[in-house]
Amino acid sequence: MTDTAAFLRPATLDEACELKAAHPDATPIAGGTDLMVGLNFGHTRPAALLDLTAVPELRAWRRTDDAVELGAGVPYARVVAELGDDLPGLARASRTVGSPQIRRRGTVGGNIGTSSPAGDALPSLLADRAVIEVRSVRGVRQVPAGEFFLGPGRNVLADDEIVVSVRLPRARGPQQFAKVGTRNAMVIAVASVAVSLDLTANAVACAVGSAAPTVVVPEPAETYAADHLDWSGRTPLHPEVAARFGELVAEGTSPIDDVRASADYRRHAVSVVARRLLGWAWAEAVRPRGTEGTR
Amino acid sequence: MRVGLEVDGKARTADDVEVGESLLFLLRERLGLPGSKNACEQGECGSCTVYLDDEAVCACLVAAGQADGRRVVTVAGLSGDDGLHPVQQAFLDAGAVQCGFCTPGLVVAVHDLLRRTPDPGDAEIREALAGNLCRCTGYEKIFDAVRAAAR
Ligand SMILES: Cc1cc2nc3c(=O)[nH]c(=O)nc-3n(C[C@H](O)[C@H](O)[C@H](O)COP(=O)(O)OP(=O)(O)OC[C@H]3O[C@@H](n4cnc5c(N)ncnc54)[C@H](O)[C@@H]3O)c2cc1C
Ligand code: FES
Ligand code: FES
Repeated sequence: MTDTAAFLRPATLDEACELKAAHPDATPIAGGTDLMVGLNFGHTRPAALLDLTAVPELRAWRRTDDAVELGAGVPYARVVAELGDDLPGLARASRTVGSPQIRRRGTVGGNIGTSSPAGDALPSLLADRAVIEVRSVRGVRQVPAGEFFLGPGRNVLADDEIVVSVRLPRARGPQQFAKVGTRNAMVIAVASVAVSLDLTANAVACAVGSAAPTVVVPEPAETYAADHLDWSGRTPLHPEVAARFGELVAEGTSPIDDVRASADYRRHAVSVVARRLLGWAWAEAVRPRGTEGTR
Repeated sequence: MRVGLEVDGKARTADDVEVGESLLFLLRERLGLPGSKNACEQGECGSCTVYLDDEAVCACLVAAGQADGRRVVTVAGLSGDDGLHPVQQAFLDAGAVQCGFCTPGLVVAVHDLLRRTPDPGDAEIREALAGNLCRCTGYEKIFDAVRAAAR
């Protein structure tokens, strides 16, 4: 422990909640890959920091029958290394975050806390209908990812709450993620899309980042694709179905012009990426398991 | 606050560390260890890369307090009594150093790559070094250094 109240370093989840209740103005810090940039440049001056990296409960994940409970403090590098089979979509997204240095520190909980519509972990969470568990001394809340984010940088967390974990269903089919940016490494997405197929329920899930104030789920596109894929025969995806899916996904967004791209470009990029991802995911579903190559 | 940690094998303490201060600031300004460079302070360039316990991370993005009680190895800690580490020597031999600002971070990143992947292919090198920017060499010489150090 450190000797001042300003840098708080709980060793357990209970202690973290007690400290957050006693210091509601303390800013949680996990990997610091968002927070420290603001601190280094003097943009933010927190009254206190609540360091969550020594809380073991936050740094673990657990597999249940049909889900993975992923601790908020598990860094991307571990999602990539340990969860590629259970959560292929989130693992793919995690692989695109920043650089190796960033992936070793940055966490899914931090991505949730930052609540940027460009957060790369978020489309997978929304597509796969993840549930975010938040906790305070008052108790535990299970918040569906679709209800957690209110706008850029805004979410439903109260002053005394911290994010504990995310519960994601284990994949029941191929999952894809891709983002469009100006280069391969270290970019903030101009647009990002996650597509998951559920080969048990014959359902399609999709979410889009960086194309609205929060990550959005284009439900009409999901329903359209589910209705038009040949689930029993697994015949190849019809190009017209793929294209219409892309259009419907883009229609579900409300992008803006900004320094990274125009709204028109974003809408176009989203429809192209969504079309391709559905194609890749379906190709995996058609191919016998184990023969899929890397792309 | 006081922060106590091990840096390059020596126990160190720093007093009056401020709450939002980075590990990089602590190393350079409080402990007087300028090996790790400060070029961007936003995780983009990798010139501040150090080992925190067993992981190569950007020291500018670690809060100093988060390093309390932990072990840090900087580029300076990689060389032993018998001289430069092979990765360091390879950078010199290959001419992979021009202004040298990126070098300490690259050396740590390459050290980390080679301890996990002793004989990396070009794609692996590229991916491992994606978080380290060099504005001088054009990376060819850096790749030469990695291949030489791997031998
Ligand atoms: C060079 C660079 C490249 C990057 N590239 C990408 C990228 O490609 N894609 C991407 O999505 N992001 C990127 N980021 C942003 C960042 O790495 C991610 O958002 C990451 O997920 C943040 O996680 P963290 O643990 O480092 O968060 P921190 O910086 O520690 O925290 C971020 C926010 O979340 C809050 N918080 C953290 N944990 C909790 C918790 N358990 N409960 C409540 N609040 C919490 C903090 O208070 C803070 O507001 C990049 C950052 C850098 C510096
Ligand atoms: S100074 Fe830390 S990454 Fe550039
Ligand atoms: S040698 Fe100058 S930045 Fe790399």
